[in-house]
Amino acid sequence: MKLQVNGTVHELDIEPDMPLLWALRDELNIKGPKFGCGAGLCGACTVIIDGQAMRSCQTAAGEVKSNVRTIDGLGKPDALHRVQQAWLDEQVVQCGYCQAGQIMNAVALLEANPTPSDKDIDDAMSGNLCRCGTYPRIRAAIKRAAAGQQTGA
Amino acid sequence: MASIGKIARRTFLVGAAAVAGGVAFGYYKYKQPLENPLKKGLADGEATFNPYVKIGTDNRITVIVPRAEMGQGAFTTLAALVAEELDVTLEQIAIEHGPAAPAYYNDAALREGAPFPAFDHSMVAETVRNAMGVIGKFLALQMTGGSSSLADGYEKMRLAGATARETLKAAAAQKLGVPAASLKTEAGKVIDAKSGKSLTYGELALDAAKIDPPSDVALKPRSQWNLLGKPQPRKDMPAKVTGQPIFGIDVQLPDMLYATVKMNPQPGGAMKSFDASEALKMRGVKKVIAIDSLYGKGFAVIADNTWRAFKAADAVKVIWADGPGQRDDAEAKKILADTIAAGGGFSLRSSGDPEKAFADAPREKLVEAEYYAPFLSHATMEPMNATARLKDGVLDVWSPNQAPSVIKIIGARLTNLADDKINVHTTFLGGGFGRRIEPDFSDYAIRIAMETEGRPVKVTWTREEDMSHGPYRPAALAKYRARLGNDGLPVAVHGSVASPSVMAGMVGRIMPGLPTAGPDNLIVDGAYNQPYTIPNFRIDGYKAPLSTPVASWRSVGNSFNAFMYESFMDELAHAGKIDPLEFRRKLMADYPTAIAILDRLKTLSDWGKPIDKTRAQGIAFTISFGTWVGEVVQVKDENGAIRVEKVWIVADPGMALDPLNFKAQMMSGAIYGLSAAIGQQISFKNGAPEQSNFSDYDAMRMNQCPDITIEILENSGHLGGAGEPATPPVMAALANAIYALNGKRIRSMPLNGEVSFV
Repeated sequence: MKLQVNGTVHELDIEPDMPLLWALRDELNIKGPKFGCGAGLCGACTVIIDGQAMRSCQTAAGEVKSNVRTIDGLGKPDALHRVQQAWLDEQVVQCGYCQAGQIMNAVALLEANPTPSDKDIDDAMSGNLCRCGTYPRIRAAIKRAAAGQQTGA
Repeated sequence: MASIGKIARRTFLVGAAAVAGGVAFGYYKYKQPLENPLKKGLADGEATFNPYVKIGTDNRITVIVPRAEMGQGAFTTLAALVAEELDVTLEQIAIEHGPAAPAYYNDAALREGAPFPAFDHSMVAETVRNAMGVIGKFLALQMTGGSSSLADGYEKMRLAGATARETLKAAAAQKLGVPAASLKTEAGKVIDAKSGKSLTYGELALDAAKIDPPSDVALKPRSQWNLLGKPQPRKDMPAKVTGQPIFGIDVQLPDMLYATVKMNPQPGGAMKSFDASEALKMRGVKKVIAIDSLYGKGFAVIADNTWRAFKAADAVKVIWADGPGQRDDAEAKKILADTIAAGGGFSLRSSGDPEKAFADAPREKLVEAEYYAPFLSHATMEPMNATARLKDGVLDVWSPNQAPSVIKIIGARLTNLADDKINVHTTFLGGGFGRRIEPDFSDYAIRIAMETEGRPVKVTWTREEDMSHGPYRPAALAKYRARLGNDGLPVAVHGSVASPSVMAGMVGRIMPGLPTAGPDNLIVDGAYNQPYTIPNFRIDGYKAPLSTPVASWRSVGNSFNAFMYESFMDELAHAGKIDPLEFRRKLMADYPTAIAILDRLKTLSDWGKPIDKTRAQGIAFTISFGTWVGEVVQVKDENGAIRVEKVWIVADPGMALDPLNFKAQMMSGAIYGLSAAIGQQISFKNGAPEQSNFSDYDAMRMNQCPDITIEILENSGHLGGAGEPATPPVMAALANAIYALNGKRIRSMPLNGEVSFV
């Protein structure tokens, strides 16, 4: 089967019901999406498909027809995406394991809704678990990225 | 580490130190410097000055941080200790987790474990603390825990930076033909102000490394610090916001296999039989093997993809034997209560004679209460995993772990390889909270690697496997009673706390056969050692014979004792008709550090000022890991459900080496504690845990997260920890706030057993 990830098309010989998460991690060595629960409960595996934040552990690889965006294609340390930069500016991260999923979810939110309210942020982000308790800084970083978006920064 | 058997000859009971195996040693040996493990692995053009510093001729400066970075920021702050004295910027250095080596022992973790309150600086207390530090060096215990990283590294790592700096200056003095004293250092260069000449550290490194380091170097006074005491951007953050493969679960090696394990969910239970015939027919499955480990009995599936291993594991037909433990929670509670009833507890600190005070107490002056706290899972975001390779007589283990020296012990035991044939690579940790001190996940990976003919194998647990196998925060039960005086303050307080021993469990898992006897101060930590002056006072601890494996869980014994003790203090305040903050002020009057915290909390939270009927506040106070913390929680009734609306934290760690990171740790600790208090428990049914994923063991989510205000005071005079101390008081402060809101006193965690939360 074919799978397009961050703009690159890969040819894969896998079972169509293999979760996208494991096709990415173990077959394509794309390690950005993280395994947290395997049941769509924690959001660590979040990727973006057709503008939607998706739990890659609950998405069958065989059903994916569009380009999959993962954090690996978002930005690099020397060329950060606006949301990643906001994460750095607010010093959000602690252990960091959930943050790839948090960032991808925030990117999907801001692309759909450039000026989210606190409630919009809660609604979009409450499916993403963080055991280090970085939520207040995640909220601040989303607001910072949104403000930068508005001013074109 | 191999020397542990030799030195464990006689019983050496240090106060309540549970390691009673005995450690005989001489002062002379203690004074010998430990070997620098970096000497073995130097690249061309690279020099090492001590176990913490490497400098290359290309000016690449590497600082070794011997504690695991699991989110607490130790990577950056520990490196800053070296950088400060070395006179380099944080941008100029690379940071690495060191190898497993005795040079990186942690004596502060043991010092903190000495059975004395943090505010006790008597000669006896200090002598025992020093003795425990010496034991730390002999056991060469390289572990990250006990919120001890900074207290342990504070002097060692600044000295490492300072001695390297002085040898670089000595090398420059030789080259320039000037006295070293006339040179200064700045941003990685040695500068001769007179001639205007300067040499980079890289230019000096190889020569400097040949010079004997000076034996007496002066450390900078605090007034000259450039990095310490100021917020520093975390060095691990760019990799973490760009999804770099830095965690244990991301390890990728050529020719690597993937595996998972499935172990008997009943602790201590055997595997009667398994039938892997269906699993072996499945795509990508290589092998199914039985695992018979001290940590669990079950099987592993080895495949060419993690998901295929998971799927095949579900297809294995297995019959488990029952474990020896309690069948359900009612039985666990009965064992805890029976342990107290049987008597024979231990006490570490007492004053007056509580029994006498109770004997003639009028009924109306007595207050009694019983509290319960359940087993808890750590539920780190990154499920347990490790990667191992046994090839050509060398074992390599890549493990997101908090105790690399323990992995070496396990590796040697399983493979019979010599210590220098075992390499432990500590990756970043996707959360630790104490869980990753445990050897089980590394043990299984090593066993599986012994079956793969030299191919590396990454072993990933499912979340279900992770959550249903502990080792857990122990369940605990406490009975408290008090006699109030005519002024409403307690004349006598007596507590009895029963819990299985974390220390005995951990020692037993790491070094089985090493006897564990005597009291375990972790059982009473957070109750016996708090700064309340009560004339007749005693806390009795009881080691309960529950066989569920228990481990360190963020703040360990404090995590349940603070809930119980501080709830009881709140009950006493209300019974004595004294405001709970004022009540604590009166009882802590001897400790200005505590009073300053309470006063600041009062101002910040507008404590005592009327708020509307839907809101109320609760307070609690705990010293743990050397840091004094007071917290106020404000709750709000939202149509019958409780919202945790605001939290104020005032903490005194003596000194905040990075105030921003310290505050982040306080916030993290409070949210971790609130998650547990609101709704977490591992309950048992038919001998096995009932919870298996975040659906039935959830944690606080963004929409539930309160506003949190944090302030730091620096009065205590002793450098305390950051990772754990905010967790204990928040649970009691929440329960006390709920009582203030609706009069419901909840004495059993989790609190959602009796009220609902938004």
